Amino acid sequence: MGFDVLLKGTNLLRLLTGLWVALRISLISVLISMALGVVLGCLMTLDKPFIRIVSKGYLELIRIMPQMVLLFLVYFGTTRALGINISAELSSIIVFSLWGTAEMADLVRGALRSIPRIQYESSYSLGMTLSQTYRYIIIPQIIRRMLPLSINLVTRMIKTTSLVMMIGIVEVLKVGQQIIEANRKSSPNAAFGVFATIFLLYFLACWPISLLSKSLEKKWDSSNG
Amino acid sequence: MDEILHINNVTKAYEDLTVLDHVSFSVNKGEVVVIVGPSGCGKSTLLRCINAFETIQDGNIVLGGETINPCKEQLHAVRERIGMVFQSYELFPHKTVLQNMTLAPMKVKKIGRKAAEQEAMALLERVGLTEKRDYYPRQLSGGQKQRVAIVRALMMHPEVLLLDEITAALDPEMVREVLEVVIDLAAEGRTMVIVTHELSFARAVADRMIFLDGGRIVEEGTPEAFFDAPGTERLQKFLHSFTYQG
Repeated sequence: MGFDVLLKGTNLLRLLTGLWVALRISLISVLISMALGVVLGCLMTLDKPFIRIVSKGYLELIRIMPQMVLLFLVYFGTTRALGINISAELSSIIVFSLWGTAEMADLVRGALRSIPRIQYESSYSLGMTLSQTYRYIIIPQIIRRMLPLSINLVTRMIKTTSLVMMIGIVEVLKVGQQIIEANRKSSPNAAFGVFATIFLLYFLACWPISLLSKSLEKKWDSSNG
Repeated sequence: MDEILHINNVTKAYEDLTVLDHVSFSVNKGEVVVIVGPSGCGKSTLLRCINAFETIQDGNIVLGGETINPCKEQLHAVRERIGMVFQSYELFPHKTVLQNMTLAPMKVKKIGRKAAEQEAMALLERVGLTEKRDYYPRQLSGGQKQRVAIVRALMMHPEVLLLDEITAALDPEMVREVLEVVIDLAAEGRTMVIVTHELSFARAVADRMIFLDGGRIVEEGTPEAFFDAPGTERLQKFLHSFTYQG
């Protein structure tokens, strides 16, 4: 079945190292996206025409453009056009953060909008201040509404990192290809074994996150309406 | 009599639409004032002005000697003294009944959890909801939610309680359980300003009736005079729209 190549030399370790490269890029991008997305999402609810036009344009642009085109644009494009040389990994982090921030901001905006004005007033009428209202009433509700969706975004980001091999980053998929190439003669069936293993690795990386989201959804289900 | 709330010449306008037109009245301590009027007459806006959710263009509102000004920094301190119950209940969906009630006393009044919970349980018992203490709002019926909303407001010991059409969103069979709570509060001498469409309830609970139409107070008086001998044609028409003859 071609699983034997994994036991040759350091192949399995190399795959795991590749997985770590993919996870590192997604993890850093996710953290940046969360932070910037929350800020941008809050700004988007302010109803300032300038912010609205800019953020809407940004969001649409990022969503329309395939992530791969963005990767090429940042990695190859900037070198030629701006004369700056940024590493492939940094390019991917920039691209994934741009994308994640846009999606996250939209989630935050949606969640903030979904809380009716009168919930704030209900809190104010009990004598709570603006900061108490956000801390105890609004933010907990927003987090509950956003968590399943943002976890979904995180798994999407992890999966999409397989694209970064296109700009030369040796992540898990690229390592897999290398192993298959190197063992073409000795294990012609390596493709199945290696890709099945990679499938399993992605699954193991994303599944716990999915599970967490499900259990939180279930836990909060009773208190969400 | 002890005057607690004074509404003085209050005018509220949105651009060219005047919602409240020089409205003046006052509420004494322990008095229940019921405001009725056709939809859009400004009665809910009036309550919102009292709690400083709306800016007013003219006049002022004075609560126990303190002028309520929506631009002021310390608004929460004056809102703490006014309780408000909304048509749509507005319980906090992520908190249980007990947490809904104890949150503000603990955070705003800095009362300890034990004391707050004790008081909450006593109030829940009064409205017959002790066994619902750990329920989330969405597990309750409309009438139960509204009773929780009322006792949640009471937890802050407000000097005045504003009730904004609190039965308007309820199924008819739940209206009574909510209104009985309010009648009970009136009997113990709570100061309340009530906006409602339930005229028989209004008559039972009111010390004084106010008829608001087109942003003005058209008629004001004791419930007896108000319902049995309305002095203006507009009030007669309004009252008549609630009666049916076969």
